[in-house]
Amino acid sequence: MADIAARGPVAIAGGRSSLHKLMQRKSTIAFLMALPLILLILTLVAYPAGYAVYLAMLNKGMTKFVGFGNFDFLFGRETFWMVVYQSCLFAITAVIFKAIIGFVVAHFVHNIPSKGQRKWRGMLLVPWVIPPAMSTLAWLWLFDPSYSAFNWILAGFGIDRIPWTGETGWARFSVILVNVWIGAPFFMIMYLAALKSVPEQLYEAASIDGATWWQRIWYVTLPMMRNIIAITALFSLIVTFANFDIVRVLTKGDPLNTTHVFATWAFRVGIESGDIPLGASVSLFMVPILAVAATFILRDITKRGSEV
Amino acid sequence: MAQVTLRKVVKMYDEVQAVRGIDLDITDKEFIVLVGPSGCGKSTTLRMIAGLEEISGGDIAIGGDVVNDVPPKDRDIAMVFQNYALYPHMNVYENMSFGLKLKRTPKDEIERRVRQAAQILDITELLDRKPKQLSGGQRQRVAMGRAIVRDPKVFLFDEPLSNLDAKLRVQMRTEIKKVHQKVRTTTVYVTHDQVEAMTLADRVVVMNAGLIEQVGSPNDLYHSPITKFVAGFIGSPAMNFIPCHLEQAAGALRVRLSDTLSFPVPADRTSRYTAHVGKANLVLGLRPEHITETRPHVEPNQHDFENPIDVVEPMGMETLVYFTIAGSEVCGRVNPNAGATAEKPMKLRADLSNMHLIDDGTGKVL
Amino acid sequence: MANATIASPTATTISGRRYGSVSRDRRWALRWSYFFLVLFAIFFLTPPVYMFITSLKTSAEISAESNPWWVYSPTLANYIELLTQNTYLTFFRNSAIVAVLTVIITMAISVIAAFALARMKFWGSATLATGVFLTYLVPETLLFIPLFKMFAWFNETFDIQLMNHWWTLIILYPTLTVPFCTWIMIGYFASIPKELDEAALIDGATWIQTLTKIFIPVALPGIIAATIFCFTVAWAQFLYPLAFTTSTTELVLPVGIVTTLIKGDVFNWGQIMTGALLGAAPPLIIYAFLMDYYIAGLTAGATKG
Repeated sequence: MADIAARGPVAIAGGRSSLHKLMQRKSTIAFLMALPLILLILTLVAYPAGYAVYLAMLNKGMTKFVGFGNFDFLFGRETFWMVVYQSCLFAITAVIFKAIIGFVVAHFVHNIPSKGQRKWRGMLLVPWVIPPAMSTLAWLWLFDPSYSAFNWILAGFGIDRIPWTGETGWARFSVILVNVWIGAPFFMIMYLAALKSVPEQLYEAASIDGATWWQRIWYVTLPMMRNIIAITALFSLIVTFANFDIVRVLTKGDPLNTTHVFATWAFRVGIESGDIPLGASVSLFMVPILAVAATFILRDITKRGSEV
Repeated sequence: MAQVTLRKVVKMYDEVQAVRGIDLDITDKEFIVLVGPSGCGKSTTLRMIAGLEEISGGDIAIGGDVVNDVPPKDRDIAMVFQNYALYPHMNVYENMSFGLKLKRTPKDEIERRVRQAAQILDITELLDRKPKQLSGGQRQRVAMGRAIVRDPKVFLFDEPLSNLDAKLRVQMRTEIKKVHQKVRTTTVYVTHDQVEAMTLADRVVVMNAGLIEQVGSPNDLYHSPITKFVAGFIGSPAMNFIPCHLEQAAGALRVRLSDTLSFPVPADRTSRYTAHVGKANLVLGLRPEHITETRPHVEPNQHDFENPIDVVEPMGMETLVYFTIAGSEVCGRVNPNAGATAEKPMKLRADLSNMHLIDDGTGKVL
Repeated sequence: MANATIASPTATTISGRRYGSVSRDRRWALRWSYFFLVLFAIFFLTPPVYMFITSLKTSAEISAESNPWWVYSPTLANYIELLTQNTYLTFFRNSAIVAVLTVIITMAISVIAAFALARMKFWGSATLATGVFLTYLVPETLLFIPLFKMFAWFNETFDIQLMNHWWTLIILYPTLTVPFCTWIMIGYFASIPKELDEAALIDGATWIQTLTKIFIPVALPGIIAATIFCFTVAWAQFLYPLAFTTSTTELVLPVGIVTTLIKGDVFNWGQIMTGALLGAAPPLIIYAFLMDYYIAGLTAGATKG
């Protein structure tokens, strides 16, 4: 014991520094382990995102800096405002219907005996699993102007053929329908997981308090699921707003550019017509709404993080 | 040579001192229990001995060597965690041999040591199972097995029994004691359960707010606590604390609890207590078993009094009675046949030979 | 009064009838649930079923006036033709290589980084974790134009043509998969009790050993979920290959089908549907066998973290 006391101070000096070194080495290793991730994010996400802003301020030949010239040009074009309108209509309508259908279907699946749930859940998620470009092709075929299998059924009821992708109103309806078809199962899965996490006792307590079935939904289910409902809708809003595949395959923006959303129009202008700066400026218009949604999601995530 | 020595050990989290300077000498083969309420720094102390937490000041030595800057694996210790921390994807054998394998111990040596440890703990037939297939008690044994296999200088236990149900806890407690008697490895054991501490320890270290309150054998702590905290922490039901003051009446020293109730201080304590006559903030500490029903035979320092009973709790072999003296609740242990009835007065007897007088200002037992 | 009613026989029948009505309500609720589930299942499954129906038809039957929902003379001709055709097999091969390599690269980057972020902590690691999540929210439709320009610049500067090669996609796809996979792996790793790595530390494991011998085996369900996610994203991606590849030999499935099977106005629907169905097969097969992992990965993004 005596020798500890004697050696103590020396050991302290040595110990502090070498332990410090150890800790430093640990952070260095950790940093190196995260380095590929950091490089990937910096070069292939952060840099292009910033670069897009710079590109948007060049002229078509990318030889001259034109400031907000591209934006000015866009504001003066009718097509641009149509794209703004259609993007918002597309995203908001689709998300609302996805949320409603997802919620309803999740409820029905939750209602049936649990041993059958797996099977139904498995079946109902199929649209989400098929690559969107492929399933949209099936819809394109179902909507075919001359051979539409839907119109064939409608004809059986004596209803005239519907120009699914040929007329502005119907075409807008069709792209939203396909988007809802692909996205609703995702909502269903999320809501089903949330429904499962509501403790059964709460429903029992509500029944004892005399709540009817929809009072139970309104006062128990919805408040308990509020978080998941919000975050799923926000996620979906981002993805839907930035959607490309469906519109591109189903209508290519036709008829007369009325179904274009930001992503497809940016592709048309930037890649197909070769005006990269203008394409970049179009795609930048997605940023504000994405930023708002991302802020809300992040707030929710950090809030939950601090609760844990 | 596996004594553990702590010298002025300090742990700071940011600006908060979790451990505020601890001195402790643990001798070879000793079973030491660190006990205290949650947040008292007992687990932090254990983790500093293990090397899982850096120490912010002071020294820790194991077997005479200062280990402040030695990583956990080189400290020659083994640890049993509260949730056992068994590797879920490995079976019992692999769990127990993992550390030895990392040290590149020869296969047959590993085999021998695992078998031996399994035999000590009676888990030989469980060696092929995964942790998921084990009961709580069996997991506990495997966690201990993992520690024994390494044949370390020191065993560290971090609340190893708190995930078990009450019955199993008692059983495993005995088991741990048996194992310690077999392997005789120096052991540091952390718990918040004072019963566990009392039953297992050679010496108990009571900690509170990052400091050691008292170190001593279980009996020492029970019968001669040196602080109010230790007096109140050790023992269940807890010691009664009744505000009082000392008065000198007709040459005899009396401890007065209320206007109507006072007892003479035992003769052998008079000289110790005289200095505190008239002091404010004094508290009388008396364990429940020293308040009983009246009995025919009166020992010295036993005094009868009568008080209405508030609540009666029959426990089977005894009955707990709760009553109020001058606003503080007091618990007594009476014979089940003594006829204690709630809301009725009862004749009780206080045995002052085991009394403690506490200065509530400093928290010290006088 | 309460005592009296309980004792009387009428009370027994009342409570019995009540109980009966509750279970009758349940039965009706159940019937309605099944009814609507069938309706929704029809809605959700019609397109893939119709793909299958069409894939079995000859061109003549497709353009006939007969019932489109029925196959009168089923044939495997479309399948045989596609699977013996070089271009389609090339698409399939390109898709498979790109998806598998993307999975390998993504998992290597994200598992290691997630371990560092979840357990080792270093200066700025918390910010980086948030950054990873934000990156996941940046859609590819925002990045393809600047990336297009960057690749062109890369060609001019280093004389390495990144454009119009299937392997270019292996550089691009990780931007879509790495952030999400890292994010859910952080969640999975964070759910592993801290004591487990402390036990490993005392047992003498290094950080790398703790990762490979403890964390990866324990978080295997998470790794499988992330792998599945990664594969499906890489397999289904449409925008990047459409923008960055054009030659028939460099295309992957989704773009290949859309651009080569649709020739002008001549739509060979039998082949298109067959191609799309075969293209959808790998994710569907994975889903059929690993549904629970697939769903775990799906819900992890929002519920973990």
